[in-house]
Amino acid sequence: MAARKHRRVGDSPLARRTLIGIAVGLTVLLLFMPLVLIFVQAFAEGWAGYVSNILNEYTLHAIGLTLVVALLTVPLNMVFGVFLAWLVTRFRFPGRKLLTTLIDIPFAVSPVVAGLLFLLLYGSNGWVGQWLGEYDIQLMFSWPGIVMVTVFVTCPFVARELIPLMQQQGREEEEAGVVLGASGWQLFRRVTLPNIRWALLYGVILTNARAVGEFGAVSVVSGNIRGETNTLPLQVELLYQDYNTVGAFAASSLLAGIALITLVVKAIVEWRQSRN
Amino acid sequence: MATTDLSERPAKRLSAPATKRVLPGFGLSLGISLFFISLVLLLPISGLFIRAAGMGWEQFWFVITDPRVVASYKVTVLAALAASLFNCVFGLLMAWVLVRYEFPGKRLLDAIMDLPFALPTAVAGITLATLFAESGWYGQYLADLGIEVAFTPLGIVVAMAFTSVPFVVRTVQPVLEELAPEDEEAAMSLGASDMTVFRKILFPTLWPAVVTGGALSFARSLGEYGAVIFIAGNSPYISEVISLMIFVRLEEYDFPAASAIAAVVMTVSLLLLLAINVWQGRYLKRLHGG
Repeated sequence: MAARKHRRVGDSPLARRTLIGIAVGLTVLLLFMPLVLIFVQAFAEGWAGYVSNILNEYTLHAIGLTLVVALLTVPLNMVFGVFLAWLVTRFRFPGRKLLTTLIDIPFAVSPVVAGLLFLLLYGSNGWVGQWLGEYDIQLMFSWPGIVMVTVFVTCPFVARELIPLMQQQGREEEEAGVVLGASGWQLFRRVTLPNIRWALLYGVILTNARAVGEFGAVSVVSGNIRGETNTLPLQVELLYQDYNTVGAFAASSLLAGIALITLVVKAIVEWRQSRN
Repeated sequence: MATTDLSERPAKRLSAPATKRVLPGFGLSLGISLFFISLVLLLPISGLFIRAAGMGWEQFWFVITDPRVVASYKVTVLAALAASLFNCVFGLLMAWVLVRYEFPGKRLLDAIMDLPFALPTAVAGITLATLFAESGWYGQYLADLGIEVAFTPLGIVVAMAFTSVPFVVRTVQPVLEELAPEDEEAAMSLGASDMTVFRKILFPTLWPAVVTGGALSFARSLGEYGAVIFIAGNSPYISEVISLMIFVRLEEYDFPAASAIAAVVMTVSLLLLLAINVWQGRYLKRLHGG
């Protein structure tokens, strides 16, 4: 309390109040109001209307398909993400930098292009697709195609969350574990996992949010068959184009709910990490 | 004997630090990672380029310079530039407010910044379209001012700006947090104004992070599809984005044209990604004095 705090830029009450005011105002307009609108529109016909919109036969089917896609995509990308993060943070080898750049590709590629990549390769005219066609296996315009593009679009998230954290933690603890005679699996379960579990949880939740919400890429390979290959975001589009705005926003409210859960988990994870 | 052994070992390790791998799983994790990346990323991407290369230069050039496609390049690049510029300013402001000030609701403000990454783009699309429609919450007031957003190129800018909000905020925030206060406090105590100190001392440290975030936001905006198509109106030559052009060609079953345009977009995205990576590497080195 003895020494007075030095003055820094923007400390004056006027600057402070103005900047906070503008920031809060813009955030309310740009981010809060859209969120409010989703729920206002979803409940425009009351609770009963909301429930009947969700229980619509096609919407229910879309929810089911979306869950299946997430259930297949998330574990696959989680395992891949952990192995990749282990590889690039625990070993030095030529091509390590290239590998971490490659993994960012799905972030940079337009979702429509992502969908097209798989359509070209596995579609009925594609190299792999033609060959599979001879065995009557069709991947595109059916659920396996949707899973494949979703895996492509969401594969960086777990690795991206883990790599900076594992780099920062270093490998001393694991090396100690090896000296003490731990096997690979024991090492991962007892030493690595407790250190990375919160970041891993956030990576998984983020992968899930993107997997259930992917639109562009899925739209290219799904064929939009109502009640068959429609995921929840595609169902939102169909309802909206049918001028069933309330139905579209009711379906959207489920996806917005998942987005909100994702934000809450992120806040908890950051809070836990700042305490450590 | 034992003591000489101990004294020799550290010296050996210093001279050749990476010869022995202590931790297990190198082969397994390398194998799984390479297999996954090849199958999921590299195989489909090379498939696209081989397809595009197979169609012959003349036809390729004809398809990618079609006037309607060229118009979509212009619309997309201009809208993405405008959206990233907005995000540079907005992101810098948000990062500043979140790092420098304490106020009630700050945690909530910080958390909601990531909403555009968590919210599916189609949901963002129909929500923005409804807000900015002529009778919407925002559209009705903007209409009084004579500003039309929905179904115009301005709508594309709004959608791109929304979906890439977090980039600049999240790149600038850590730099602001780590900023040493000495120079700033010295300049202030010597009587320089807030604006001068910000321009001369803070901004030179902050701008590389702003540029990185802006470039990420630009790259994302170039490929944005879901949020854009609901609000853009999608009229040929005026408000069609590149991603939509690819989709239109696909719906016409014109696979070669779709592949050619996609190859152009893909090349630009990969070059942009590479540039951002090189730039980030350089500026991180400078920041940590390496």
